[in-house]
Amino acid sequence: MIELIDTNASGIAAEFIASRVRSGSPAMSMVMTLIIVVAEDDSDEAMRVARQASHEHPARVLGVILGDARGHARVNAQVGTGDGWTGETALIRLEGEVVRHAESVVLPLLLPDSPVAIWWPSDPPEDPATDPLGRLAQRRITDAAAATRGKSRAIHRQCTTYAAGNSDLAWTRITPWRALLAAALDQQPLKVIGGSVTAERISPSAELLVAWLTDRLKVSFDRKSSRGPGITEARLDTSEGPIVISRRDGRLATFTSPDRPDRPVALKRRQLPELLAEELRRLDEDDVYAATARRLTKLHLS
Amino acid sequence: MSPSTSRGVNPLRDPQDRRLPRIAGPCGLVLFGVTGDLSRKKVMPAIYDLANRGLLPPGFSLVGFARRDWANEDFAQVVHDSVKQHARTEFREEVWNQLAEGFRFVPGNFDDDAAFNTLRRTIEELDEVRGTDGNHAFYLAIPPGYFGDVVGQLKEHGLAQPAEGSWRRVVVEKPFGHDEESAHELNSTLASVFPSGSIFRIDHYLGKETVQNILATRFANTMFEPIWNSHYVDHVQITMAEDIGIGGRAGYYDGIGAARDVIQNHLMQLMSLVAMEEPTSFDAESLRVEKLKLLQSITLPRRLDLTTARGQYAAGWQGGEKVVGFLEEEGVRKTSATETYAAITLHVDNRRWAGVPFYLRTGKRLGRRVTEVAVVFKAAPHVPFTRAATEELTHNALVIRVQPDEGMTLRFGSKVPGTQMEIRDVNMDFAYGGTFTESSAEAYERLILDVLLGDPPLFPRHAEVERSWQILDPVLDHWAGKGRPEPYESGTWGPPSADAMLARDGRAWRRP
Repeated sequence: MIELIDTNASGIAAEFIASRVRSGSPAMSMVMTLIIVVAEDDSDEAMRVARQASHEHPARVLGVILGDARGHARVNAQVGTGDGWTGETALIRLEGEVVRHAESVVLPLLLPDSPVAIWWPSDPPEDPATDPLGRLAQRRITDAAAATRGKSRAIHRQCTTYAAGNSDLAWTRITPWRALLAAALDQQPLKVIGGSVTAERISPSAELLVAWLTDRLKVSFDRKSSRGPGITEARLDTSEGPIVISRRDGRLATFTSPDRPDRPVALKRRQLPELLAEELRRLDEDDVYAATARRLTKLHLS
Repeated sequence: MSPSTSRGVNPLRDPQDRRLPRIAGPCGLVLFGVTGDLSRKKVMPAIYDLANRGLLPPGFSLVGFARRDWANEDFAQVVHDSVKQHARTEFREEVWNQLAEGFRFVPGNFDDDAAFNTLRRTIEELDEVRGTDGNHAFYLAIPPGYFGDVVGQLKEHGLAQPAEGSWRRVVVEKPFGHDEESAHELNSTLASVFPSGSIFRIDHYLGKETVQNILATRFANTMFEPIWNSHYVDHVQITMAEDIGIGGRAGYYDGIGAARDVIQNHLMQLMSLVAMEEPTSFDAESLRVEKLKLLQSITLPRRLDLTTARGQYAAGWQGGEKVVGFLEEEGVRKTSATETYAAITLHVDNRRWAGVPFYLRTGKRLGRRVTEVAVVFKAAPHVPFTRAATEELTHNALVIRVQPDEGMTLRFGSKVPGTQMEIRDVNMDFAYGGTFTESSAEAYERLILDVLLGDPPLFPRHAEVERSWQILDPVLDHWAGKGRPEPYESGTWGPPSADAMLARDGRAWRRP
């Protein structure tokens, strides 16, 4: 890692090339640029997560720390390649006036003609798609469960301002639940007449699961509270009895369906690197999330 | 096909919802030959990895069948050891526990009626307590000589016949026979018990990401397909080299040899993917039609003595280690004429490939472990540079690196920096990071999941297998009448006759 003090975008770009030459000009084969907008305190952890995800998606990773917007503009950066990364990385600290013009630093550093994804590990802007940095990206990843302010409302805000390309890790987290529920109806194509989702009191993922089920099955679902962790039960009522997936410990679930023995099934709560890697696998609009977000907004208003 | 797709649309499924993985319906796997390398190193770890990724159905069951005096727990211990040692994903106690609940072991011989009765009762019990619903795949990880006995027993004890609404499938591994006749016989044996749609032949190469990527590269891009023909391609080299010897597999390998072991299946399948026409879609049937069409247009050159080569590794140094020759390996006959290196020339008689030779080679104890497909292009018809300037410029090439270091290399000429005009070959590499190595499913996982889902595109059908033998048989016959293969020093790139074979055509092997 090379420290650049009081630099600018071209300084950082030059250092990318220099550090690549220093490590013997290895072929990088980077497939995308990943921007991470992060607070100073969370930056180590966020970069660690991105490093792991970069093994599946070789990327130029640009960490952006937005500091105090008052005072004299200043750009500092740590730039490097290698060291467990599959691509190049820069952690850029902005202070002063330039904080309001962060896109001017990031734009010249985007890889030519390849996709851009942006990730806000904690508090995202109200409307990610119109955010100056968010606008640069075609995939905008937020995490309602990690919001530090207005936690219970975070997912509703994201769904209200949904735009093509937005996605939330709360949605990513329920992929295994959705897969199991879909598989359950593959196996027993029964008509669902109602049901419920039980989770800890504040759980953006549970809200999304309710919205998704309601949207797909056209019946209403109850949202019940438990002590968690995360989602503890999803229940589909059918005329022949309930299909229940219940998970008490965040790891192993029991699968119950009509006329079948109860069966255990692995259903682990996944870590951030896995979630981020799943998110980066597809960079086009997620139509199912779009429909779910619309449904959630509707459910919330009614 | 799961029954629901025929009965109606699952409202929770949406073709747009590509996040949702495919999870197999309720089912179990019966594994014959649990003590073999294949079971312990590939099948068992793959099953655990699938469970760990949440892709196995709740209640999945694994039944081991072998001639051992084991209880269920002993079998579980064997699987446990193999998973600990070979699984690619993290070992998690809770995943293991739920998986291990579905383990059963049935001791017995393949001719033991009582054992197969026990097997039937075991399966029925699993349907009852684990909810496997009568869906079972029989994985024959045993020598093909026993296939007949086993499928015969399965039939006799009513294990091969699925009840209404459920399925029974059989999975076999190479070798699919040792010539056309035996392949045909083997297939008749299997086909007398299982319908052809229920027979899954595993060629693990076809489960590899890089191999599937051949089709993506060819048919999703504009820049490769226009030059993918005899106007631009000079020749194609398909290589699968191993640095190891035969290890402890003398019993299997002696008498089989490199051509039967590798060329007939892996290399011919690779070749058909590289050379076939565009399929109308990517379903099993369209792929099969195109692959078979390509295999049917393959011809052998007339003079097999000039266009093939074979060798046997002799003692030498491989990668800094002193190694013995093939004839000194334990269990190999001192007079063995089995080849450990084989190279053949194939032509494709169609408009696209007429006049473009395909060179296929494979061997053990070669320079390094590598599998690749190199499409070598013709030299430019005219270059406005002096001969001296282009002396180090050879042919442009596109190399698909199947393994290891999965990716693609493009080789072309570039000016050497300096005041003189001097042009030499350079490589441009593409490696798709860890996608092919870390979190994505391994070939066996992919293929086992496809068996359980009943999704057949990646499995060769019997017509392809028999056609491949038909191509190879004349070469094997020719070699059989020619005495012992030429020895080559371990750790080198094969016998001199292989180099001579290409030199006759004015070409040379790539050093892969």
